[in-house]
Amino acid sequence: MADEGIAGSVAAPGGGDRPSTIVGRSPWQIFWMRFRRDRVALGAGVFLVLLAALAITAPLIARDLVHHDPNALFRDTLNEIGLPKVGPSAEFWFGVDTSGRDVFVRTIYGARTSLLVALLSTGFAVVLGILLGSLAGYLGGWVDTVISRAIDLTLSLPVLLFSIGIAAACSIKAEGCLGGLIQPGISLVTAIIALFTWPYIGRIVRGQVLTIRNKEFIEAARAMGASTGRILLRDVLPNLAAPIIVYGTLIIPSNILFEAALSFLGVGIPPTTPSWGRMISDAARGQLYTVAWWMLFFPGMALVLTTLAFNLVGDGLRDALDPRTQVTG
Amino acid sequence: MIRYMIRRTLFLVVVLVVVSMFTFLVFVKLPAGDPIARAVGRHPSPELVAQVRENFGLDRPLWVQYWRFASGMIPWPGLFLNEKVYFSYRNQTSVKEQILGRLPVTIALTIGAALLWLAIGIPIGVISAIRRGSLLDRAAMIFALVGVSAPIFWLGLVLLYVFHFWLGWLPTAGLPKGQSVLRSVFEGYFVLPWFSLAITSAAFYSRMTRGNLIETMGEDYIRTARAKGIPEHRVIFRHGLRAALTPVVTMFGMDVAFLLGGAVITESVFQLPGLGQYAIVSLYAADFPAVMGVTLVGAFFIVVANFVVDILYAFLDPRVRYT
Repeated sequence: MADEGIAGSVAAPGGGDRPSTIVGRSPWQIFWMRFRRDRVALGAGVFLVLLAALAITAPLIARDLVHHDPNALFRDTLNEIGLPKVGPSAEFWFGVDTSGRDVFVRTIYGARTSLLVALLSTGFAVVLGILLGSLAGYLGGWVDTVISRAIDLTLSLPVLLFSIGIAAACSIKAEGCLGGLIQPGISLVTAIIALFTWPYIGRIVRGQVLTIRNKEFIEAARAMGASTGRILLRDVLPNLAAPIIVYGTLIIPSNILFEAALSFLGVGIPPTTPSWGRMISDAARGQLYTVAWWMLFFPGMALVLTTLAFNLVGDGLRDALDPRTQVTG
Repeated sequence: MIRYMIRRTLFLVVVLVVVSMFTFLVFVKLPAGDPIARAVGRHPSPELVAQVRENFGLDRPLWVQYWRFASGMIPWPGLFLNEKVYFSYRNQTSVKEQILGRLPVTIALTIGAALLWLAIGIPIGVISAIRRGSLLDRAAMIFALVGVSAPIFWLGLVLLYVFHFWLGWLPTAGLPKGQSVLRSVFEGYFVLPWFSLAITSAAFYSRMTRGNLIETMGEDYIRTARAKGIPEHRVIFRHGLRAALTPVVTMFGMDVAFLLGGAVITESVFQLPGLGQYAIVSLYAADFPAVMGVTLVGAFFIVVANFVVDILYAFLDPRVRYT
């Protein structure tokens, strides 16, 4: 977001406490004013906060409220041929799965896996994307060529196949790969997702840096003898905040779906760790969902609602941060 | 233009080479299981192991092994996916035959889904952009957001549940054995896979079309066109849509190419014997020549699509000139 012209803008009539005076507002105040008015995005944000609370307190809920452990097996809920016969009920809110485990408890535990992997991988992707994207855009020359080609290349790989291949290669030995830095399980999945999503951020950051690197204030900083690192950190980065926040938020839902797809294919997350993708693939095995619809319905709805909420918040942020959108009302 | 095309082609060759190196490293050099152990069965004699190792070429230096695979990329009769290297560890069949045999399924899936998502996505995007803020626009954008948020595998299973198991309107997952793909298409076996692939993409395309068209309609040349007295529908379709759809064309080319390389998830949900399913099955069976083959064919499609899209750009966008 461009700084100039916003901080000193005139308050809209009726928008401030004292309509007749001119109130200076920081860009973030203006952002919050606009975002607050977007009730859909705000509602989605509240949903996500509640979901995060549910995910964090999942062990407490499981122990004190439902009294079911996510991996506890309730054999008496299965019929003689091992099919779940208990659907949503007072004891099992979302029914039980084929092993007689509580689907509700596994769904809220699944939120932990999903949010943890998506947020961590997005974090890594954003950091990597900012670093490489701004270097490419600012330095230009061969650095730009190498990084841009790396971006093109990563985006043209068959992502799912490579993810499965890397996951399989890193899961042979217990210590994982890269000298034990990446362990099989959640950290492996996080690393794989980050590896394939940083180019999206990198490309956007590079483009943004290209447009501002020849602006006067950068030239001024350079003329005063600021180092490249300092210019990138103090002058370039603050101007990239808006697009990074927006695209970072919009990458979270696609990373949630990425994790779900990987665990649906049985890659990465171990079977005892509840995850929505794995629950859906359990439901699909042997077309089990035709007798136990709840095994498909609840984890699926959890996935859809969570990604939808992140998408809504992302859209809301974009509208609120983009000076070109007109906010009516 | 010619020079540009030569430069593009060279870059594409480089991309293919690097992709093949990556593939080789990930799938052949970091394997999840020893292919020889699988091929020789239990309790093999050391001579047999050595023999199989030699047959698979695993006793040669690394670069020779890589070259054996890489030469299979060269589109030349004796070399392309040559059977000496691209020979399945798992069931001792030619990878090329497997790929050619499965390609019709993947093509049928891709073409049907692509037509469907264009037919749904673009009109919705255009109507939403023109009637911006209307009830229709809001409904369309809610559809688009939900569509983008739904995972394909879940959507596919839900569609199967509703339209096969519950309503009984459409056939189940999988294709009947021993009948042509075309016949299965006419019998409706592809309808649910098409829809589950298309809904997500249609949602994405409608959002993209809407956004681009709204932006384009604010441009000066649109105002000029209106000022000249050109009827509004002509302004929208001839002037606005042409510019708005250019990025959509890029997207479309890449998406189709990705799917031609195998729609891994859709094919596994609907048990379609296409390239994606072949890749997954081979990967789990540590059948690396097969995985290499499918990955290279997939990368090949992506590279070709890149090329076609670049050329199309010149025709669609009068501002693009290749120098």
